[in-house]
Amino acid sequence: MADVSAPAPGMPVTAKVSFTVNGAAHELDVDTRTTLLDALRERLHLTGTKKGCDHGQCGACTVMVDGRRINSCLTLAVMHEGGSITTIEGLGTPEQMHPMQTAFVKHDGYQCGYCTPGQICSAVAVLAEIKAGIPSHVTGDLNAPPQLTNAELRERMSGNICRCGAYSNIAEAIAEVAGRAA
Amino acid sequence: MKPFTYERAKSPGEAAASAARLTDAKFIAGGTNLLDLMKLQIETPSHLIDVNGLSLDKIELTPQGGLRIGALVRNTDLAADPRVRKDYGVLSRALLAGASGQLRNKATTAGNLLQRTRCPYFYDSNQACNKRQPGSGCAAIGGFSRQHAVIGASEACIATHPSDMAVAMRALDATVETVSPDGSARNIPIADVHRLPGDTPEIETSLKPGELITAVTLPKPVGGTQIYRKVRDRASYAFALVSVAAIVQRDGIGRVALGGVAHKPWRVEAAEAEMPRGARAVATRLLDGARPTRENAFKLRLVERTLGDVLMEAKG
Repeated sequence: MADVSAPAPGMPVTAKVSFTVNGAAHELDVDTRTTLLDALRERLHLTGTKKGCDHGQCGACTVMVDGRRINSCLTLAVMHEGGSITTIEGLGTPEQMHPMQTAFVKHDGYQCGYCTPGQICSAVAVLAEIKAGIPSHVTGDLNAPPQLTNAELRERMSGNICRCGAYSNIAEAIAEVAGRAA
Repeated sequence: MKPFTYERAKSPGEAAASAARLTDAKFIAGGTNLLDLMKLQIETPSHLIDVNGLSLDKIELTPQGGLRIGALVRNTDLAADPRVRKDYGVLSRALLAGASGQLRNKATTAGNLLQRTRCPYFYDSNQACNKRQPGSGCAAIGGFSRQHAVIGASEACIATHPSDMAVAMRALDATVETVSPDGSARNIPIADVHRLPGDTPEIETSLKPGELITAVTLPKPVGGTQIYRKVRDRASYAFALVSVAAIVQRDGIGRVALGGVAHKPWRVEAAEAEMPRGARAVATRLLDGARPTRENAFKLRLVERTLGDVLMEAKG
């Protein structure tokens, strides 16, 4: 993309950015202020990713970028040149659901459903993080691989708020996919 | 957000020089704090310099046997590094006590040091805040001040520094490496990076305009039992009311730094000689000169008790 300089003060500035979303390549001309979240929703019409607080506090906007979960509201689209983004639409479809989506349905891991795409993206990433040996605040021994305990799952999911309070069912769903009882 | 131009820096020197050309340019790395503040128009840079392409994302051994942590190493990666987990456990623990998994994946080492206070009066642009608008006053003084500083504060500002990581780095005697717009590099002891508010709370660090952090260096491992204890209103994903970073050696001597009590990570080296005499002796010395508000005076006892808990755990 072009590096932009010396615009008229106070006027919107646009820039080009290219990245892939769920495997499909996109090239966008965006206002530099556009967050990744707004680019996904408003430009690519991938409205599965939700805007909750828009300040990184609720986790509804969680997506995976280059394999890691992040808050898409707290990053700019132009910062993801060449990036590979996975949203809830890329994890599964109504016809072919991701195992985490199936488990959320089975365990009733939601009420209103607004936080659910973020919860599911986060949960999939949490299991990958434990598998990769990344410790958490509740990991007992820093020099041993973290264990798949209920406490570990809950601590790692603390960046995803569910205002309906479906936490216990969310924990059941994640535990089932992780292969153990919550 | 106010409109801004955007560039991707190609080298640290170029980034620093670019920042010096414009008075209101900002570096952006993780962006997790800066973009939050830009949305609220508390930060209004007219130009962003994206430093993510600068290859400052490695953790390397130093010739002295320590670790050199690149400015762009993400909080998750620093906390998970096997060398950090083994030899600098207090740093891993502090990082893991902070923020959420999503934020730690994005937040960087340098950005964590430079994050701004979460004082609610700083965040609310309808309130007086000398940090946000110098000379406007401080609504936190006389306001809801339960979370605020108890020591080192001033008549102009009682905000705290929100970082957990920086508290551990203070206990570890880290050094911050920078590059300046003229291309020169310098090393700043972590104790001298953050400032007390004084009459100029808007000036939070000793970094000069355009100066870019390139790395944080840790001295060779000092061993000991390393503990980070954070007391907060929720079990996870909340800022500290009080936190204690401690390194305790077998003879009971060691180091202690506090978070949540001041405008910078709080450490008083002279207090550490008191460690064998127990938490009260250490806390008394650490908090000598404290001037809490009516709402946050509880932090003084909380420091002592948290310290007591930490020293007991260290004894085993």
